[in-house]
Formats: sequence, structure tokens, C-alpha cells
Amino acid sequence: MIFGDITLGHCLALSSLLFLIGLAGVILRRSLLIIMMSLELLLNAANLALVAVGRFQGLPDPQVAVFFVITVAAAEVALGLAILVAIFRIKKTTAADQLATLRF
Amino acid sequence: MEPLFFWILAVGLVVSASALVAFRNPVTNAVCLVVALVIQAALFITLEAFFLAAVQVIVYAGAVMVLFLFVIMLLDVKEEARRTPPWVKIVGVLGVGGVAVLGLTKIVPLFPFTQKTLHWGQGKGGGSAAELGKLLFTSYSPLFLATGVLLLVATVGVVVLCRKDPES
Repeated sequence: MIFGDITLGHCLALSSLLFLIGLAGVILRRSLLIIMMSLELLLNAANLALVAVGRFQGLPDPQVAVFFVITVAAAEVALGLAILVAIFRIKKTTAADQLATLRF
Repeated sequence: MEPLFFWILAVGLVVSASALVAFRNPVTNAVCLVVALVIQAALFITLEAFFLAAVQVIVYAGAVMVLFLFVIMLLDVKEEARRTPPWVKIVGVLGVGGVAVLGLTKIVPLFPFTQKTLHWGQGKGGGSAAELGKLLFTSYSPLFLATGVLLLVATVGVVVLCRKDPES
């Protein structure tokens, strides 16, 4: 076998890398839609870390936490996209840097 | 076989996530996100979280992605205009990322519990719907009920937000 055994460290490193990529997306992109997709990446990175820790420590509880995270993420996406549509109706744009005023 | 699967999935996950951040066409971004979410579901299977893998595909890759695609079509989002890349930010992100990756490879092995290795099938279970359901409906039942209320509130909120103003 070329590759060594997969340890908990590998899973945690992968999840931190995923978190960094998602964070880069949130910082670098301007479209609110893409920023929300990057937020999903952040949540998924956390989910991966939770599942990995739960499995290697022999606990089922983190998987319940991931279940709740997925539910809350679904609600978050629905609300976020609704706000996005409402903003788009008024300002005709979804670019974050054009939404810098505090009042319309 | 097992480490090979992990590495293939890990590389695929990192590549699709980077593509999501890099491409400018919103539909391409959405497809990249679907690929990343499905790969993550496969990773859940290698971590013996079977129920979560199914939920990941149904809720994330199914429902959430359909929502994203609907909004892309509804708003007719154009490609982001080409602009001079924000070099300061890019260098900053790459620098922080590089330091973090280096730090991870050096710091993670210092903690003995991260060196634990467990072959596929040796897990203590807990990934099946039956076992998760048992936990969900006993020790975590208050949270479960709260989640139901949260979803209801979110649904009402979305309907209110998307309603056309009757006066205008």
C-alpha cells in the first residue's frame, strides 16, 4: 500500500482546508449568492470534523449535532435567499460592494 | 483500498471547493457546490455515517441546491464583471492559508488522539437511522422540537419576505 493509514488528523486537516477555501470565497467574492454558497462550504467543513471526531472516538452524539446543523443550514439558506430576492427587487443587484448604504 | 478512497475523495473535495471560489459563472458555481456536497456524502460513508450521507444527498444536494438554482434563474444573475483582481486580499488569503496548512501538518501530530486509526467496519456503529433516531427522540428530543419550531418560523419568514407589497 502506497498510502499510510487514515488517522483522525487526516480528516481534521481536510476539514480545516475546506474551511479555509470557504473562508476565501466569503472574503474574495462579491456576489451575495456565491458568498452564501461559500457559507455552505464552511458549514460542511464543520460537519466533516464533527463526524470524524465522533467516529474515531466511538461517540454517536456528534452525528446528532450534524443532523441539527444540516437542518439549520437548510432554514438559513431559505431565509438568506428570500432576503436576497427582496434586496434584488429594490436594488437590482446582488453585488455586496454595491449594497454599502445604510438606507435606501 | 481505504486510504486510496480517502485520498481520491479528499482531492476531489478540495478541487471542487476551489473551483466554486474561482469560477465566475453562477451556474458553474452551483454545479461545483453539488459536486462538493456529493463528495462529502461519500466521505460520510467512509466514516460510517450512513444516515447522514443519505440526508446530505437529499437535503443538501437535493433541496438546498434546487433552491440556489431557482434563485439563479429567477434573478437572472449575470457573470461577475471582470475586474482587476484584489491582489492584496488574494495574497493575504494565500498567506494565511499556507501558514495554516503548514501549522496543521506540524501541530496536528503533536496531539496523540489525532493519531488514532480505525479501519472500515471497526467503528462502534451509531451511523444507522435506528441508532440516530433513538438518540434524537430521547436525550435530544427538546432540541428536536425546537428545530421543528425553527423550520416553521423560517417558512413563515420566507413567505412574509417574498410577499409583494399590496400598496405598491
